[in-house]
Amino acid sequence: MTTVSTSTDQKPAATAAPASGPMPLGRALNAGMRQALATNDRVLLMGEDIGRLGGVFRVTEGLQAEFGERRVLDTPLAESGIVGTAIGLAMAGFRPVCEIQFDGFVFPAFDQITSQLAKMTNRLEGAVPMPVVIRIPYGGHIGAIEHHQESPEAYFTHTPGLRVVSPATAGDAYWMIQEAIASNDPVIFLEPKSAYWQKGEVDTTAPALPLHASRVVRRGTDVTLVGHGAMVGTLLQAAALAESEGTSCEVVDLRSLSPVDYGPILDSVRRTGRMVYAQEAPGFTSLGSEIAATVTERAFFSLEAPVLRVSAFDTPFPPAKLEGTYLPDADRILEAVDRALAY
Amino acid sequence: MTQPEEPELVRILAADGSLAPNPAAEPYLDLVNGLADSDLEMLYRDMVVIRAIDRQATNLQRQGQLALWPPSLGQEAAQVGSARAARPQDHLFPSYREHVVTRIRGVDPIGIIKLMRGLSHGGWDPTDPANGNTHIYTLVLGAQTLHATGYGMGLVFDGRCGTGDLDRDEAVIVYYGDGASSQGDVHEAMVFAASYRTPEVFFLQNNHWAISVPVATQSRTPLVRRGEGYGMPSIRIDGNDVLASYAVTRRALDEARSGEGPRAIEAMTYRVGAHTTSDDPTKYRTSEEEQSWAQRDPIVRMRAFLENRGAPFTLFDEVDAEAAAAADDLRVRTNELGGLERDSMFAHVYSDPHPLMDEQRRWLADYEASFEGGTR
Repeated sequence: MTTVSTSTDQKPAATAAPASGPMPLGRALNAGMRQALATNDRVLLMGEDIGRLGGVFRVTEGLQAEFGERRVLDTPLAESGIVGTAIGLAMAGFRPVCEIQFDGFVFPAFDQITSQLAKMTNRLEGAVPMPVVIRIPYGGHIGAIEHHQESPEAYFTHTPGLRVVSPATAGDAYWMIQEAIASNDPVIFLEPKSAYWQKGEVDTTAPALPLHASRVVRRGTDVTLVGHGAMVGTLLQAAALAESEGTSCEVVDLRSLSPVDYGPILDSVRRTGRMVYAQEAPGFTSLGSEIAATVTERAFFSLEAPVLRVSAFDTPFPPAKLEGTYLPDADRILEAVDRALAY
Repeated sequence: MTQPEEPELVRILAADGSLAPNPAAEPYLDLVNGLADSDLEMLYRDMVVIRAIDRQATNLQRQGQLALWPPSLGQEAAQVGSARAARPQDHLFPSYREHVVTRIRGVDPIGIIKLMRGLSHGGWDPTDPANGNTHIYTLVLGAQTLHATGYGMGLVFDGRCGTGDLDRDEAVIVYYGDGASSQGDVHEAMVFAASYRTPEVFFLQNNHWAISVPVATQSRTPLVRRGEGYGMPSIRIDGNDVLASYAVTRRALDEARSGEGPRAIEAMTYRVGAHTTSDDPTKYRTSEEEQSWAQRDPIVRMRAFLENRGAPFTLFDEVDAEAAAAADDLRVRTNELGGLERDSMFAHVYSDPHPLMDEQRRWLADYEASFEGGTR
């Protein structure tokens, strides 16, 4: 019988980090998972179609061929089963990395994520950690059919016991997936699927930031723009447009959705006095609402205007031909910037 | 359409305690014949002592000492037989009525009392060798079947089963009920178990009632047939016959640990008590039904069997005294249980440091300290 312990014999001789350089975000995730598999034989990847096919987005391409079917599992087609068995595998000392094929397919696993995985270590009074990563390609801009373009982050940020992160760049993707796998807590890892093919510089020698740090990605003086994942690119686009109109925007990449690193956000807002939060999720009881409330509580006397939110509408994700209207774009963000400046 | 024929169940002890194995029991008789007098007495002792503990806990709830108690009354044979069939290296995943199973594996029932008293969401540490690899209770029905299956996948991947050494190869047994059998997670667990050939026994206690809903509402086909649909050898047993429960589970676990894949057992038993202390069974079932099951009581049956074999009469007095002492001890220790430190709720939400936990723990401490005298 092939086992994980014997499969370490097949471990590739070279576990050295790949060369630094530009690569697409999806490839950076692949390289990061390859490093995790090569350096820790307790790491397992599991999900639908992730082995022979390499995942519907090819993010795990080549990994089963390299590490074998006991390390990269093509599971039965059952999301609750994937997460529920990952919990049992974690109890047996593994570090499972689950792929949920699309954002809208995570809900069959909702009990196993929110009532089981998130609470298991607490229920066990610390006796057993739950180092399980759940990768979810999330978000719109790919013109797909229903259930394939959603942003479900608030369900998970609302759940104590989970950590939630989302990389916006290839460099972060490479490191954050490895840091998530190294975490002893469950991590919901939201991958901006529309950015899978965006190239970015990856420095494979050392991570720039800890997993849960937020980061200022553009300096500015008039308005602070905050978001995560694919929205960071839209915020940068809006900031460039605003600059041409004489408004200087600072942009903060949230990176970690739970816990939130408020330091860089509050520092920025105390300088600019204005903040706009943008998200692909519907706005009502969203992560943006939480962050707006907290910034208001902590930086009230620095604010020149209320913290404004730019969100998707509070409707189901519409048929894809309307996604350009439904999802916030640079113009919707600039409209909010103008409103903030008008106070 | 005609109703499908009822599958034959394995029965070794008749309801009157006579040793009367039916044809389905023939393949298991070697396992029963291998039991010494002391083993047989232990099975009886387990049932009597834990019934007393279960009764005590039910009373403690009635006296306001517990928020809730789900009685195991009537299901002792199914639980004792299967738990004694497990080898020391095996891993047990209970639902929430397996008070018998947990105690046999070494778990102190005070752990369950803490769970039911509002002092813990767990109650014991499954990684402590004293607890016999017994996982904590799961309250969301069926969810634990996936955890057990994942654990079994881990055993396969690590080569901890299938070597042919029965004293070292590990297996998993997971407990659930007729109500839980309708849950999607049970289906997914059986799919994964069959696919990865986990060393696992799905042990279904069919106690005929999911709170107030009869098993006919859960399934129009005998539940044991469901296992067959996943490609698992599946056996129905008389769940009130401790010898059948022991022998069939022993064989199934040993086959599973040897690499032959998962097995399913349906133990036909009866929830003699209420679903929990919050339930009132007189609203939905007849006293005639309850009476008919009372006549099939697992303890009465085993006692008659032991008496027929010539067990010394002092044995029964001695076991009754042990049971009474265990029940008294549980009452005393329940009354001695203290409270919880207020900030303990923050202690294990995460395994790694977490800023929000630190911040809220500090806030609570400051808030408490802001009251006159330093506490509220």
